[in-house]
Order: sequence, then structure tokens, then C-alpha cells
Amino acid sequence: MAWTQKVLRINLTNGSCQEEPLNMAWAQEYLGQRGLATKYLCEEIDPRCDALGPDNKLIMATGPLTGTMASTGGRYSVITKSPLTHTVACSNSGGFIGAEMKMAGWDMFIFEGQSDAPVYLYVHNDSAELLPADELWGKSVWETDELLHQKYQDPQLRISCVGRAAESGCLYAAVMNDLHRAAGRSGVGTVMAAKKLKAVAVRGTKGVGNIKDPKRFFAVTTEQKKVLADNAVTGEGLPAYGTQVLMNVINEAGAMPTRNMKEVQFEGAQKISGEAMHEIRESDGKANLTTNAACFACTIACGRISTIDQGHFSVKNKPEYWGNSGGLEYESAWALGSDIGVDDIDALTYANFICNEDGYDPISFGSTLAAAMELYEEGLITKEQTHGVELKFGNPEALTKAAEWVAKGEGFGLELGLGSKRLCEKYKRPELSMTVKGQEFPAYDPRGIQGMGLGYATANRGACHLRGYTVASEILGIPEKTDPLVTEGKPALVKAFQDATAAVDSSGLCVFTTFAWTLDNIAPQIDAACEGEWTPEKLIEVGERVWNLERDFNLAAGITGKDDTLPKRLLTEVAQTGPAKGLANNLQEMLPEYYELRGWTTEGVPTQETRQRLGLSAQGHR
Amino acid sequence: MLRALKIEPEKCTGCLQCELACSLENEGVMNPAKSRIKVFTFHNEGRFSPYTCTQCEEAWCLHACPVEAIVVNAETGAKEILEDVCVGCKVCTIACPFGTVNYNHDNGKVIKCDLCGGDPACAKACPTECITYVDIDMTGYDRMKAWAAKDADVTESRA
Repeated sequence: MAWTQKVLRINLTNGSCQEEPLNMAWAQEYLGQRGLATKYLCEEIDPRCDALGPDNKLIMATGPLTGTMASTGGRYSVITKSPLTHTVACSNSGGFIGAEMKMAGWDMFIFEGQSDAPVYLYVHNDSAELLPADELWGKSVWETDELLHQKYQDPQLRISCVGRAAESGCLYAAVMNDLHRAAGRSGVGTVMAAKKLKAVAVRGTKGVGNIKDPKRFFAVTTEQKKVLADNAVTGEGLPAYGTQVLMNVINEAGAMPTRNMKEVQFEGAQKISGEAMHEIRESDGKANLTTNAACFACTIACGRISTIDQGHFSVKNKPEYWGNSGGLEYESAWALGSDIGVDDIDALTYANFICNEDGYDPISFGSTLAAAMELYEEGLITKEQTHGVELKFGNPEALTKAAEWVAKGEGFGLELGLGSKRLCEKYKRPELSMTVKGQEFPAYDPRGIQGMGLGYATANRGACHLRGYTVASEILGIPEKTDPLVTEGKPALVKAFQDATAAVDSSGLCVFTTFAWTLDNIAPQIDAACEGEWTPEKLIEVGERVWNLERDFNLAAGITGKDDTLPKRLLTEVAQTGPAKGLANNLQEMLPEYYELRGWTTEGVPTQETRQRLGLSAQGHR
Repeated sequence: MLRALKIEPEKCTGCLQCELACSLENEGVMNPAKSRIKVFTFHNEGRFSPYTCTQCEEAWCLHACPVEAIVVNAETGAKEILEDVCVGCKVCTIACPFGTVNYNHDNGKVIKCDLCGGDPACAKACPTECITYVDIDMTGYDRMKAWAAKDADVTESRA
């Protein structure tokens, strides 16, 4: 069975916590986590509602394999309407709290309404209560975690919470869990803070036992762990270098967005790479990287645990930052590094710590700072506004200061907290914003990886690499190599990746397994655990259904095919160096074919035939 | 040949596969809260450390038990709890200097590692070989060899 079949519904307006059965008919169509929670969200909220008002809901959802021994079976997602993009938002996180929800006997927490005063949710197995959080409000993520652990004297308590960035309205605030794991993108933390929900603390001792065929499940998950261990990426590259294994690879491919995406290669890439994190520092004889770390049940262990050089300017006389914490991932290293032209690995690590400490997305932050730097260099933002700091590309102090401003919601940090789109609109230079649907780009320049351009333009939560990671095929040759510089064949590739990923995101497993696994490896694990028959074909259908449902939500929210585009810079300013020299992204060559393959009209609306095939309502969403 | 669990904390990633395997083997559910092996995280130091019963030769728990519910498995050397004899008095949990015998309020008995009858599930589940099940007289062999190799390198570079 694998689902606990129990949902906890928390009404923040009246303070009630109620148990209800999981809709098992929907579970058969949408599996869990991203898919199933999106179904609940679509059924329960008006897509046009104010994302930060009481009519929006916020769902924390596990997948059926969350809490099991399947490798990486510890994921959970936070699903809501995004205040950054006004689209559906779904941010996925590892760590341990997802598994703890399952151990306590819950598939999902649905938060509705809005509290007048700050509260937190405490769940211990079947019991759940909302408690006052006045003493936690105004505290960082790290302080909140410590205070709750002190209060309950329970080292095994798992905590998700928001930091000061969310409280001050930063539009890309994250829901942090287990200190340094993040449901990071699209401002899901901003929604949580708007509901005055500071934290969710969970302790579960019931375990996960209701597996359909336990013997087969044990056998197939054991066999699939071996596949991960034997694969060069999941067995060697990721444990040794984390996602940072990509820094030099992507830079050489000429797809490393640099200085607000003006360039596609960064001269300092080597200095902020995964390899650099292993280099021994002269000052203390240690490397930036202390160890790798795993999320719940993960046999890959790509997580980075790092320290900052104690002599570095960012932490001088600040011993609270001298210990170990979550280190640089490829996305944070890119956004806090090459996109703002900074190659000081300690400054990057410090900014990354700050993003974790106060809970906000380093991708959107770095990209917004990059846009602000371009505005500064054009003279549209002045030194008076930036507290005397030179907001120039390449200045590490600009990075560390800006990170602190956003964390605390101070001064210019409030403008940076708007995100790149609103910031550039404010200074009447909207074309400098490197966003799709209001969300900032991740670390793959679509001039050097053409398929990613289509992926960004059509991703249902705005620019995102995790909705269809065609980098795997276009650069790494997984499952087969395609030419990153051509558009031919990319619409089908993008669709296949998007649908498969939506299924993986609904299962409780981590998408990083797909460097080694295909749905042929994943389906037998779900099938052994879950009621029903789960074949790779059924999973692709689930993924496609989820994709179209998300599209429906966005269409009803007023986001249409017109928004399936890229910033002018990426469509007209060609790459100056590297393999993609002379190329812009040729989105127009891919988009019509993509719509056709999706079974959508030329305006990007799912046709009646497509709706019928996937079992979606005839009218779309409301 | 008697064997012992060998734990090398520096190889641990904190994934909890050992806890999942232990609870599944012994309790029939995947449930770290009921695991006989526990992984501890020292976040500030960036360290993880699995910890469980070392099967003391002169076992404090066994000697402390007033009803002789803890016995030695001659085949594995493990000190095992006889569930139908255990009265849940918890004296063994006080006697154990390492804290590896614990009370389980679900059934009113104590639980501790019994080496799964000679085929420990934690060792099989560990993805990094942090936990292995080796010749009881040779638990230090690999570490000795590593130091020996280091010495050899030093000698070579001096030469």
C-alpha cells in the first residue's frame, strides 16, 4: 500500500487540526507528492487567488516511497500557488522530515486559511496541535530549529520552518528543513510566512510497514541500489563532488551563464568548482569540503558539508560561522559565483550559509543580485542605495553584504527580495531580468544547451532545470547523447523528460537517481510497494497528466502560451565564446512542435482530445 | 569463526539505511525509532557516527538481569534477550555503560542488537561499507594496514 492513507488538515484561521482519509482514487491517477498534492490544490483553491492571502493553501506532501528503504526514499514537496510567478509552485526537498511525516502516519499536511498570530504545528504520531510561535517569530531558521529542539528535548524531532527572509516578504523565500535542506524555489516559504506559520515539528515512531509485497520490495530496492552504486555519476561523481561535479563540464560546454547571462563562460569557474572544494587551504590545512552527506535513505549522498576559512573577511570575529554546515551545490555556486562574476569560494560558501540560515533561494537571489549589478553599472542604482557598497560584478563584499540584507529584510535587501523581474521593472529595464514567468534561471545557458531553452519556456513554475533536465542527454549523454547546439528532436526530448520527472517527483524518490535509473528501474519499486499495477507506461501517463493539470492551473490563473518565452537577451544576443559561439536560443523552432506533441492548440491550450485521454475535466480549471 | 560488527564512522553519510534494515529485520517495519543501531549526527563537526552494542565478553547487562533473560548465543557470541523471560525491569538499561540496551514501551521488553543471528542486516544494507561484519579477532586489521601503508610511503619519500 505504502500510502498511510491519512491527511492532516490544518485550518490556521480557526486553529483546528483534523484527520481525513486520503483520496485513493486520486492516488491511483496522481501517485503522491507533487502530482497528488497538485490535484488537491487544483480542486480546493481558485487559481486566481492572492498567493499571500488566506484563500491560498499550502500542502506538504510525501510520496508513497517516502520513508521506505528504497534509495533516496525521503523526499517531500511543498505545493502552493507561488507569489513570485503566480503559477502553481512545487518545491521538492530531501533531508529527513518527509520520512518523519510518514513515520508519524501522515501522507500530507494541508494548511488553509491564515493565522492572526504566529503559530507552529507540532505533530507526534496521531496527535497534532497548533501552538503559539511568538517567541520563534523574528528568529532565523537555525535559531528556530535549536529552540524547538531545546523545548522538546527530543534530538529526533524533525523541523521545517521559515526564516527572517520569508517574514520580511522576500518573494523567493524557502521552506527549510533539517537546517540546510530546502524546498527552495518559487517562494513557497513566503506563503508559509504569510499564513503566520513559523514551523512544523514532527516526530513519528510508528514506522512504515504497509508495503504491498514486502519480500519483492526488499529484493527490488536492494537490486536497484546496486545499479546506483555501479553507475559512474551516482556511484562516484556525485558522492565525491556533489552536483558541483558539473561546474567545469558546463563551463567547457559554453553553457555557464555569467554576469547576468551576458556571457556563457566564466573565467573563474575552476576556483568555485567541486574540485576546488577539495583543495587544502593554506590557513588551516583543511579543505572547504569536510564530508559528503546523505538525505534519508539515500545511497548516493551528494550533499556537501563545508567550512569557511576562519580568516576570511566574511566570518572574521564571527565564530558562529566557523563550524560545518551545508556547502555549495552546483546551483548555488553558479548563482552566487559566475552569475555575479565572483570567484571567491569562501564568500560563496558564506552566502550559501546565510541563504540556509534565513531560508531563501540562492538561485533567485544570485540572479536578482546579478540584475541589480547590471543596473548599478548602468548607473540606475546608486551607492547611496546600497549602503556604500560597490554593487559591481566580481565584488565578493557585494555578495556577502547583499546576502545579509536579504536574510534580515534590511534596506536594499527588501528590493533584492522582490526578485529580478520586479526589480528590473521598477528601474524601467525589464529586459535585464533573466526570468521566465517571473522566476529566475538556473545554471544552464540555453544558448549552449538548446533543449533547455524550450524546457525553461514551458516549465510550469517558471524557469527551472528540474522540470525536464535535458542536460542529461544534451551534455552527459544520458540515456543517449544528443547535440546540445541543435533544436531538432528537442521538443520530443523535452516532453519525455518533463513527463518522466513529474512521475518521479510524485513517488517520494529523488530525481538525481535518474542519472542511473529510468522508469524501468523505478516502476518495479513502486509496483512492489503500492496498490495497483505500476508499469513504466503508467508512470509516463501519470507524469503527463500531472503536467497538463499544472498547465490547466496556470491557464486559469491567467498565465498563457504568451508567457512561454525567454528573455530577449537569450533569443537575440548570441554567445561570444565556446562551442555555442554565434548562437542564440532558437525557441521559435521548437515551441510549435512541442505544443503539437503535447496535444495542445497553437495557443498552448490542451485540446479536448488530450483532456479526454488523460482523464482531465472538459472545461479545464474553473 | 566468530565475527563482530566493525564500524568506521568516517565512512558514514548519515543515510539511515542501517536503521531501516535493522527495524525491518527485527520489527517487521521500516522504523528508525525501533532500530537497535543508531546513527548520530554531529552537525557542527560534519560527522556521522553509527553506534550499537559491541557484545561485551563480560556483559554488564547479562550479569545485571535478575531473571536471566539475557543469554549468550554460542554460535555468534551475541547477548540475546529472551522475550518471554524478560519482565521489562530495565535494570540492564542501567547496567550497560554504553546505553545500547533500551526499553521498548510497545511490548514492555528491552531491545538490543543480537547480530541478527549471525547475518546482521545493518552491515548488508550499509552502502559505504562503514558497517562490516568481520573476524572478531581482526577488527583492527584494515586500520593497521592503512597505517602500515602510510609508513611505507613515508619511507619511500625519504629514500
